[in-house]
Amino acid sequence: MGAPKKKKSNFTRKNRLVAYAFLLPNIIGFLVFIFIPVIASFLMSFTSWNGFGQIEFIGFENYVNLIHDPNFRISFINSILFLLISVPITLFLSMVAAVALNKGIRFVKVFRTAVFLPYVTATVAVAAVWQLVFNPTMGPINGFLSSIGIDNPPGWLTSPEWALFSVSIVYIWHSVGYYMVLYLAGLQSIPKNLYEAADIDGAGPISKFFNVTIPMMSPIIFFTTIIGVINSFKVFDFIFVLTDGGPGRSTHVLVYDIYNTAFKQFEYGYASAMAYVLFLLILIFTFLQYQGQKKWNN
Amino acid sequence: MITTGEGRMQERNHSSMKIVRKIIRYVVIILISLVMILPFLWMISSSLKAESEIFGFPIKWIPEMFHWSNYKEVWTKIPFHLYYLNTLKIAVSATVLLVITSSLAGYVFAKVKFPERDKLFFLYIATMMIPYQVMMIPQFMIMKQIGLVDSHWSLILLGAFNPFGVFLFRQFFLSIPDELLEAARIDGLTEFGIYRKIILPLSKPAIATLVIFSFMHAWNDFLGPLIYLTSDNLYTIQLGMQFFITEYNTEYALLMAAAVSAVVPTIIVYFLAQDQFVEGVANTGVKG
Repeated sequence: MGAPKKKKSNFTRKNRLVAYAFLLPNIIGFLVFIFIPVIASFLMSFTSWNGFGQIEFIGFENYVNLIHDPNFRISFINSILFLLISVPITLFLSMVAAVALNKGIRFVKVFRTAVFLPYVTATVAVAAVWQLVFNPTMGPINGFLSSIGIDNPPGWLTSPEWALFSVSIVYIWHSVGYYMVLYLAGLQSIPKNLYEAADIDGAGPISKFFNVTIPMMSPIIFFTTIIGVINSFKVFDFIFVLTDGGPGRSTHVLVYDIYNTAFKQFEYGYASAMAYVLFLLILIFTFLQYQGQKKWNN
Repeated sequence: MITTGEGRMQERNHSSMKIVRKIIRYVVIILISLVMILPFLWMISSSLKAESEIFGFPIKWIPEMFHWSNYKEVWTKIPFHLYYLNTLKIAVSATVLLVITSSLAGYVFAKVKFPERDKLFFLYIATMMIPYQVMMIPQFMIMKQIGLVDSHWSLILLGAFNPFGVFLFRQFFLSIPDELLEAARIDGLTEFGIYRKIILPLSKPAIATLVIFSFMHAWNDFLGPLIYLTSDNLYTIQLGMQFFITEYNTEYALLMAAAVSAVVPTIIVYFLAQDQFVEGVANTGVKG
C-alpha cells in the first residue's frame, strides 16, 4: 500500500523540480515586471504618493477626486468619442477590404501590401507626414477642398472641433490593414461547400454575404471588436505627435492623461487610480460585447 | 425555341452582372489602396523637393529638381544609423530572451504535470488582459531601483517578459502528441533533451509568429522609450524621429526626408518577409 504512494510523490517531486527549473527564468521576470507591478499600482491607487517621502494611504480619495475632476471627465469623454468614431469605421473598412480582396482578384499581393503598409511603418514618422498633409493653410487636403470650391475648409488638427476627428482619421488609416489581415484569415477558413450549397439554393452574393459569411465570421467579428475597443483606448503615439493633447484639451485621452499625471506631474497615486479606471472601462466594454455576442448567437 | 432564347438572355444577363460586380470590386480595392498609399507617395515626393515647392495645389508629384541634399542634411543632423542600431539591439535581444524563456515555460505548462500548474498558468492568463498603462508606473520604479532607467536593458527586459509568449507556446505545444514525448523518455532523453531536440524543431511556426510580434512591438514602441530613455545616444528610431519633429518642425522638406529614412528600412524588411508577416499578425491577433 505504501509503496505506490511513495513512488507517486517521488514522481511529483521530480516533475516539480523539472517544472520549476524550466519556469525559473520566465517566472522571475513575470513576477518582477508584471505581477508585482499590477498589485503595486492597485495599492498605489489608494495613496497620495508622489515618489518622495512617506507613503500615505488615503482610501478611495483618488477615485472620488477623479469623479469630480473636470479634466479627467474631458479625457474620459474624448476616449469614448475616439472609440465611437474610430472602431466602427475601422472595422467596416477592413471588412470591405478583406471581402474585396478575398479571392479571384489579380495582383492580390500588391493591394494587400498597400493596405497593410501603414500598419508596419513607424507611427511617429507617418504622424509627421499627416501633420503636413493636414496643414490648414498649405496642406494638400485643404488645397484640394478649396480647389473644389469649399471656402472655409476645417482647421483639422489645429481646430478644437476637428482635432479628435482628424487624429481618428490617421488612426483608422493606420489600423485598417491589421484588422483586414484578421478578417482575411477568417474568410479563408469558411468551408467552400457552404457557398456551394447557397449557390444551389439560388442565393445571390448579397444574400450569401449575410447568410453565410457574416454568421461564419461572427466569432472573429466579436473578437476584433474587443481588440479594436482595447486598442482604441490605448491610443497614445498619434495623440502625442499629432496634437500633444491640444488644441486646448480637445484631444486629451485617458492614456495621455495617465502619462502626464505620472511622468510629468509625478502624481503616482492619482495616475494609478486613472490606470485602474481605464482597466475597468476595458473590462466593462469586453463584458458588454460578450453579452451582446451571446444574444446574437441565440 | 423561345425558352432556350430566354435562357441565353438570362445567362448573358448573369455574366454581365458578374462583370459589373468585378468592376465594382476593383474600383473599391483601387480606391482603398490609393488612400492608403498616397501619404507615402506624398512623403517621398516632398522629401526630394525644395522647401518652397512642397505645398501648393494641384500637387506636383515629380519635383522640378531632385534635392538629394535634403537626405544628406538630415543624416548629418540626426544619427539615424545609431538610432537604427539601438532599435535593432533592443528588438533582437528582447526577442531572443522572449522566445527562450517563454518556450521553456510554455513547455512546462503544456507537458509537465505538477500540482500547482494550472493555478500558475491562470495567473499568466489573467495578466494578459491588463493594459500596459496599469503596470507602467511600478515598472518604472522597479527599473529605477535596479538602476536600469536610461539604459536599453529596461526596454529589453520589459519586452522579454510578456505572458503572451508563454500563452502562445503553450497552446502550440498542446497540439504535439504526448506519445512522441513518452517514446523519447523511453529512449533516455532528459526533459531538456526533449525540449531541445523534439519540441523546438517542431515549433518553428510558433517561433516565427512570436519573432514577428516581438519585433513589431520593439520597433514601434513609443511610450516605453519615451519613459525610459533620456540620453539622445540611446534613442530608438521612434524617439529620434519625435526629437527631430520638435527640433525642426518648420523645415518641412527635411522632416519628410527624415520620415522616409525612418520608414523605408521597415518597408524593405516587410517586403522580404511579407507572407510570414501577414501570417504572424493573423496568428498574434490574440494580442493586438
